[in-house]
This record gives sequence, structure tokens and C-alpha cells, in this order.
Amino acid sequence: MNDTTPTDAPILRCEGLRKSFGNLEVLKGIDLDVKRGDRIAIIGGSGSGKSTFLRCLNFMEQPTGGKVILDGERIGTPRTGRDGSETVTYRERDLMSVRKRVGMVFQQFNLFPHMSTIENVMEGLVTVLRQSKSAARTRAAEQLDRVGLGDKLDVYPSRLSGGQQQRVAIARALAMDPEVLLFDEPTSSLDPELVGEVLRTILALAEDGRTMLLVTHELGFAYRFATHVIYLYDGVVHETGTAEQVFRNPQKEKTRAFIARSSEFSL
Amino acid sequence: MGYQFDFSMVIKILPVLWRGVIVTLELWAACLAIGLILGFFIALMRVSPAAPLRFLGRAFVEIFRNIPALIQLIWFFYAFPILIGAQLTPFTAAVLGISLNTAAFSAEIYRSGIQSIERGQWEGAMAIGMSRVATFRRVILPQVFRRMLPAFTNRAVEVAKVTSLASVLSVHELMYQGRLLSSTYYRPLEILTTVGIVYLVMIYPMTWTSAALERRMRRKA
Repeated sequence: MNDTTPTDAPILRCEGLRKSFGNLEVLKGIDLDVKRGDRIAIIGGSGSGKSTFLRCLNFMEQPTGGKVILDGERIGTPRTGRDGSETVTYRERDLMSVRKRVGMVFQQFNLFPHMSTIENVMEGLVTVLRQSKSAARTRAAEQLDRVGLGDKLDVYPSRLSGGQQQRVAIARALAMDPEVLLFDEPTSSLDPELVGEVLRTILALAEDGRTMLLVTHELGFAYRFATHVIYLYDGVVHETGTAEQVFRNPQKEKTRAFIARSSEFSL
Repeated sequence: MGYQFDFSMVIKILPVLWRGVIVTLELWAACLAIGLILGFFIALMRVSPAAPLRFLGRAFVEIFRNIPALIQLIWFFYAFPILIGAQLTPFTAAVLGISLNTAAFSAEIYRSGIQSIERGQWEGAMAIGMSRVATFRRVILPQVFRRMLPAFTNRAVEVAKVTSLASVLSVHELMYQGRLLSSTYYRPLEILTTVGIVYLVMIYPMTWTSAALERRMRRKA
């Protein structure tokens, strides 16, 4: 943490973020400020661009326009063309250092099947943070213990339930001690009875004051989890505010209709 | 049919066959090692983001996969020396021909293996800050080896048998010795049967080991 940064300065900021796949423009200019300790739920219908937006923040997708600013530092090297348009090149080294600081948990877990639970969590510590095996092992075991899997250290992912696999994935991301943690629909591929354990794990992180962004279809959970909510519609931020504002008193018609689809907010 | 099988000379020819086995094993080991290593780099070219590299990799694979190995051997022994102005030993020409052929096939095994690994594996590794190279080495390749082990076993067995083609260049491997002994004893059926059994005994331990390895990996993952 940088002492000179005022605590209310955004840790992560994006300005006019755009992303196109071929001719299809998915994100049409998104602005966002994430302050330390914020928990932001990103909601919206299918095709609204919410997952793409999240994936641009750790450069799983490279934005086609706009800025991503991490802790005051712009990511990528901008170059102005002769016609005045700006193109940004992202070097792998820059993106690697962003990803060390901005972790991600995926819908499909993406655990390494040829590594045991603890090896999955140790991998980043050893290959990225260059920790010794024994230090990494200790830290990995702590993180797994924290997500309730302290008794599964040497088990391979294929022997775990979906909920357990996702908790390993959370431990793997946490082990890197990221400043921001991104969750991309973390419960969407889980059987309904396994959703609860993952949501409880995420809520426990909220109590530690961790900065998190979450894309989810579970509106009830988003309401409990989030300090702020962003409703994306057709690649733009349609409505944003505190969880209370957006869920209990949405200002726009489309937001109201979207939220009303969830039984918890239908009144 | 009045033919009487007579295997009585088999004991006598075993020492000669044994010398052939040694040469066959040398050919096999050399061609497999060179083929697997070269094939790996050809596969990297095949999946490279650079179009010229992809083209070269593709050209290599198509040439050495689609021309019969026998022609490649003969070509390396008789035609290649004219181009480079130096004669190769039959053994070297055989190793060259069979290795390049093996490289073409194993490149395709690596390539399909690499492309069969889900995108999520790359993302899972890159999301914790791993480089593309580290991801490839630590996450993708180990899974490729596991997944493609049966295909590599097939290839290894195939290479063992393809080494018999070296007999046309008079490399003194197992097949060559068999043919030589056939014309010495006028007992080609018995001798070829014996040579066939020797190939089986030589190759089977390798498939057995590979199957055991597969079972062990399944237990683990």
C-alpha cells in the first residue's frame, strides 16, 4: 500500500472503457471508480457485457478503447496515430503485474487438474511470487483452511465437489493477496445445493474489508454482498448507486423491470 | 499342403538375430528421441501466432507425413548426398528419414494435444500473474503429455516397426538379419515367424509400461 495515496483515491478506475469483438461492440464506454474496501456487484441481462467488462479489468480481454488505471497508474502504452486516434499496446509484463494485484475467480473454476489442491494454490506463490516451496506450502495451507478445505490439501480437483473446487479457486486467488478480487459468476455452474457454501465464503471475505467486484445472476446475494451496484444494459452503465438505492429504489424503468424479475425484489 | 515347418535352426540363428535386435533398438531409440524432440518444436511452429512459422510447420508436416517412409529413406541415402556432396552411412540416412517422418506425426500429436486443452486453463494460470511461457510449461504441457500418452505410445510402436525399412539400405538391423538368414537357410517362413516374435517381445514391454503409466495417472487425477 502506498502511504502517499489518500485512502479515498480509487484503487481501480476505468474511463470510457470499450471492447469490440469484430464488428460487435460489447462495451460502449464504461466509467468506474473502485475505492479500497468497495464491494461492487455488476448485474445485467445476458449479453449486457457484464462478464466482458469484468474480464477487461484484469485483461483477460484487452479493451479496444478507454483507460484502465490501477492505483493511479495507467495500464498499457498509449500511442497517438497521425489521425489523432489513440491505440494502446499492452505488454505481457505489464499485464502480468496487473494480474498479480487484481485476482480473478472464474465461473468454471479453472483449477489445474494435474495438481493437488494445495499445489493449485502454491503455483502462483512459487512461479510468480518466487516464494520457497515451504513458505508457499504454509501460506497455501492457511488459505485452504480459511475456505474450509484444510482437510483436502492433497486431494485432486476431480475428487472435489463443484462447490469445493470453487473454494479452492478462491483460495488460489486469495493466496496472491490481490488488492482487488474479481468474481465472474462464481456460482453459475454449481448445483443449487452447492451455491450456499461458495456465497458464504465470499461474504466472509467481505468482512475482512477486501475490495471485490462480482458479476452475478443471484440478485439476492448481490444485495447482501455489495456496497455498490452497477446495472449494465447494452454495453453501458444504465444505473448505478448503493445496493440499497439500486435494489430498493431503482430510478430507471429498465432497472426496475430487471430487478423485479427476481422474486426477492418483486414487490 | 506338404510343407513341414522346421524350427530346428532357430537356436543357431539367435546370436545373429540378437545383433540385429541391438541395431534395431539403436535405430528405434535415436529416431524416437529425435522425432519427439523435433516434433515438439514443429508443433510450436504450428500453433505460433506468426503466420510464416505456421506455414513452415505445416509444410514440414505435410511433406514428411504424406510421402511413404520407404521413399524418404531411399531419398536420404541416394538423392540427399548429391545435394550436399557427402555420402551418408546407411544408418545415418535411415535415422534421418525415420526421424523426420516421426517428427511430422508427433508434431500433430502435440498440436492436437495443445489445442485440446481448454482456454480456461490458460486463463486460470494467467489470472494469477503467470507468463504465457510459464503457463505453457507448468500448466498446459503436463496435461498434453497425460492426455496424449496413448497416441505417443502408438507412435513409438509404429516407429519400432518402421525401423525395419532400414533393411533396404542394408542397415544390419533385425529385419535385414532375418532376410539374410532366410536366404542362407532356405527357411524363410520359420525365420520370418521367429523375427516377428522377436519384434513382439521387443515392443510389448513398452506398451505394457505405457498402459501402467496411464493407470497410475488415472488414479492420481
